[in-house]
Amino acid sequence: MLAYVFKRLLALIPIIIGLTIIVFLMIALIPGGTAVAILGPLASPDAVAKLNAELGLDRPLVEQYLSWMGNLLQGDMGRSYSLKRPVIDEVFERFYATSILAGTSLILCSIFGLLAGIVSAVRQFGWGDRLVTFFVLIGISTPSFWLGLLLIMLFAVEWQIFPPSGMYLAYGGGGILDLLDHLVLPAVTLAVVATGVIARLTRTAMLEVLRQDYIRTARAKGLTERRVIYRHAFKSALVTVIPLIGVQAGLVIGGAVYIETVFQWPGIGRMLVGAISTRDILLVQGGVLLLAVTYVLINLAADIVQTILDPRLKS
Amino acid sequence: MTAASDTVVAKPAKSARPSSFRLLTNNRLAALGLIVLGIVVALALLTPILPLDNPDVTDPADRLLPPGTAGHLLGTDHLGRDILSRLLWGTRVSLAVGLSATLIAAFFGSLIGLVAGYFGGRTDALLMRSIDMLMAFPYILLALGIVAVLGPGLLNALYAIAVVNIPFFARNIRGVTRGLAHREFVDAARLSGKGHAGVLFTEVLPNVLPVIVITMSSTVGWMILETAGLSFLGLGVQPPQADLGSMLGEGRKLLFNAPFVSVIPGLMIFALVMSINLIGDGVRDVLDPRLRSGALARPSARTRVDRREVPAMPDRETDDALDVIDLKTEFTVGSSVYRAVGGVSLDLKDKECLGLVGESGSGKSVTAMSVLGLVATPPGAIVGGRVVVDGADLLEVSDETLRGLRGGKISMIFQDPLSTLHPLFTVGDQIAEAIRSHHPVGHAEAWKRSVALLELVRIPNARERASSYPHELSGGMRQRVCIAMALANDSDVLIADEPTTALDVTVQAQVLRLLDDLRREKGAAVLFITHDFGVVSEICDRVAVMYAGRIVELGTTDDVLSRPAHPYTRKLIDCVPILGDPDRRLDAIEGLPPTVNRLPPGCAFADRCPRVRDDCRAGEIALADIGDRQVRCLYPLVETEE
Repeated sequence: MLAYVFKRLLALIPIIIGLTIIVFLMIALIPGGTAVAILGPLASPDAVAKLNAELGLDRPLVEQYLSWMGNLLQGDMGRSYSLKRPVIDEVFERFYATSILAGTSLILCSIFGLLAGIVSAVRQFGWGDRLVTFFVLIGISTPSFWLGLLLIMLFAVEWQIFPPSGMYLAYGGGGILDLLDHLVLPAVTLAVVATGVIARLTRTAMLEVLRQDYIRTARAKGLTERRVIYRHAFKSALVTVIPLIGVQAGLVIGGAVYIETVFQWPGIGRMLVGAISTRDILLVQGGVLLLAVTYVLINLAADIVQTILDPRLKS
Repeated sequence: MTAASDTVVAKPAKSARPSSFRLLTNNRLAALGLIVLGIVVALALLTPILPLDNPDVTDPADRLLPPGTAGHLLGTDHLGRDILSRLLWGTRVSLAVGLSATLIAAFFGSLIGLVAGYFGGRTDALLMRSIDMLMAFPYILLALGIVAVLGPGLLNALYAIAVVNIPFFARNIRGVTRGLAHREFVDAARLSGKGHAGVLFTEVLPNVLPVIVITMSSTVGWMILETAGLSFLGLGVQPPQADLGSMLGEGRKLLFNAPFVSVIPGLMIFALVMSINLIGDGVRDVLDPRLRSGALARPSARTRVDRREVPAMPDRETDDALDVIDLKTEFTVGSSVYRAVGGVSLDLKDKECLGLVGESGSGKSVTAMSVLGLVATPPGAIVGGRVVVDGADLLEVSDETLRGLRGGKISMIFQDPLSTLHPLFTVGDQIAEAIRSHHPVGHAEAWKRSVALLELVRIPNARERASSYPHELSGGMRQRVCIAMALANDSDVLIADEPTTALDVTVQAQVLRLLDDLRREKGAAVLFITHDFGVVSEICDRVAVMYAGRIVELGTTDDVLSRPAHPYTRKLIDCVPILGDPDRRLDAIEGLPPTVNRLPPGCAFADRCPRVRDDCRAGEIALADIGDRQVRCLYPLVETEE
């Protein structure tokens, strides 16, 4: 197993290099150049040339990439122009808040998506199935940023159960209870779409598995239907669904951009939106790269869990 | 081979299939989607000629009027602009942007997919690795990165959303193209001197088009949603122009005092995306044949019993281990009914081995599967008869009683040990589970017993092998595991459904001998299903021959094999090669068995029978006693001795 994990980690290297190339190109490809983007269209050509030299943007692209990569490996992603602080500090501080939000959502959507999918498959064409199918359809058709606003109107304004926003620091502050209080609405909102998608995938996977010969064998052995479904069928379905849950992590991480904006959550998503408006391209680079690497690692973890569940994949 | 595929031969030709569009509108939800989308699109198209206020004219005096105000049906926003007018103009923008993004993504994505799939090799590797790279980013994050580079704005948001959707098209189209690239018609076009571009666009593209359409229908909703999202964040459409997303973004600031300003555009996005998703699901259902035939229906825990006729219970005094009385099992596929088992009666005596022989599709497996209610429902159902064990009808007992009998008093061994063992559990675990579901023993004890069982079926190193997964064992070993599992609870009855068919010939003999030894040792009665008379002569005491869902002959193995009474049995025996008798003529039986949804009146074998006479086709032929055997034939091959 360790050898397998090591092999998978090695296979990750080209992907991560590819990610850095794309993220690096963000600077190189800016129409008019980064210096103009930073200094504004009215900057004098002298000032632009000076900044270009300062940033090393007058060198060949490959050379630029290598020095950028060298800095990155030393933990230097440049300085944010708008915040006047190292990008890496800001990004990691924000990353903490985002991982609390996205992590909670990912757990929520996995649990509820899997459960709903099982119910839907087991009660196929029955009321449970129809109910799940209905909610899944609503869930994946509702813009999450709008759903967030609706939930704020109901739970924060009308009923005043949860705060609409006001999460300024993800750690310290009001302690764990305060954090949970602020976390409920955004985490639920963020989980809705992925829950729907996972429920659909689980339903299909369960229906596929329940037709297999080995399920008939399990019944012929005299196992209870509960055991047939939750042990035999679910384990096989999980093998199919786990990597797909990894893919849904992308939906959750991406969706965090909206949800953090709606609920004023101090994470990377909200930071990115601000950075794009102020054209703080280095900050955008840092945020995008960190989230993309996280996404790749989550998918790796999903693949590893899948291999643990299915001994056939090891060879 | 599953029970269903064993029997259901081919879907009969019915009246012409309804057109795809008809099927789509028949799907009520998809039809609803079409109606809603139709209304929204019509409104968007008509917007310029509708009598609406100018969407951009502000009127500070009429700020935040609630919906229903005269002159402002949906109220006004914080600048006094008419929301209805802004909504319709905004819908136009959102629709236009979403559709444009879809077309752009479809064009470039399909092009990449076509080229990669058609040329293959390094072109394919290079293109698809780049696509994988794009997919390594969380969807929206890449779009944000692109907008960050290009700067906020409607067109830039459109490009960004289009780019992040290219991979979906590229992957889907490449897959289909790869399948087509080496088909005959493509090769033929190439040989006729067409250039690569010509072949791609005139031969391949038309065949790939449906996939492009499906991918479009499943992504356009997302694209509308995501462009609205970018506008909501202020990164898409810039004021004073508005789309649904930017209206929501502006409304967000008024959440506390004028919630309708954000609720209304949100509802519109929801209606749009929902209707598109409904249509997309409908399109997928229509184009995905697996869903259409209902093949994905989940089999229930027990075959549905819906008996039209229930024979009387037999005397309690029998010493039979298992009595099947006039069993009828049917499969309903669409409007056709396949009578897989059409009234089968069998009595399995205590400790005997009864062979059940027939060709594929004769209903022998379905008969066996019906005993424990293991025929998949849907499409199967037991429509008549009784299955009696210990004076109880298994078709009537409670689910819990049946569960106790399954693997307890009656055990099954299936044909293909690879597909019938669970791939994700060790074999020891699977045997232990069978023990524990019938005996209140702990895991350690059950494990010890399963190792002993593996030793019993002569698996070397049983202790270690118990921790193996099925895929780590050979076919013969796997079937031994299945036999061990069937023996786990000292069943009185073993039902073996072609247990040696999937094995190598040399292994077949070993497994057969093992099974025969063990059933004698354990004193179990065996119902042995096979299509092989060689196997029957080895181990069966009596044999029943099935044809088209009914028993045509039943007698002791000696009698039936040496003096077959039914012409079908005769033919079947003639098919068996005999070692050291090369002069023997191997007669394949001419013709095919009738499909069991259209059985002829009278003898089902009549069309293939050399001795057929007119009255054979006249009507029902009963199973008649000839000495101590039974034959369903008017002109049997042996003399009637009354």
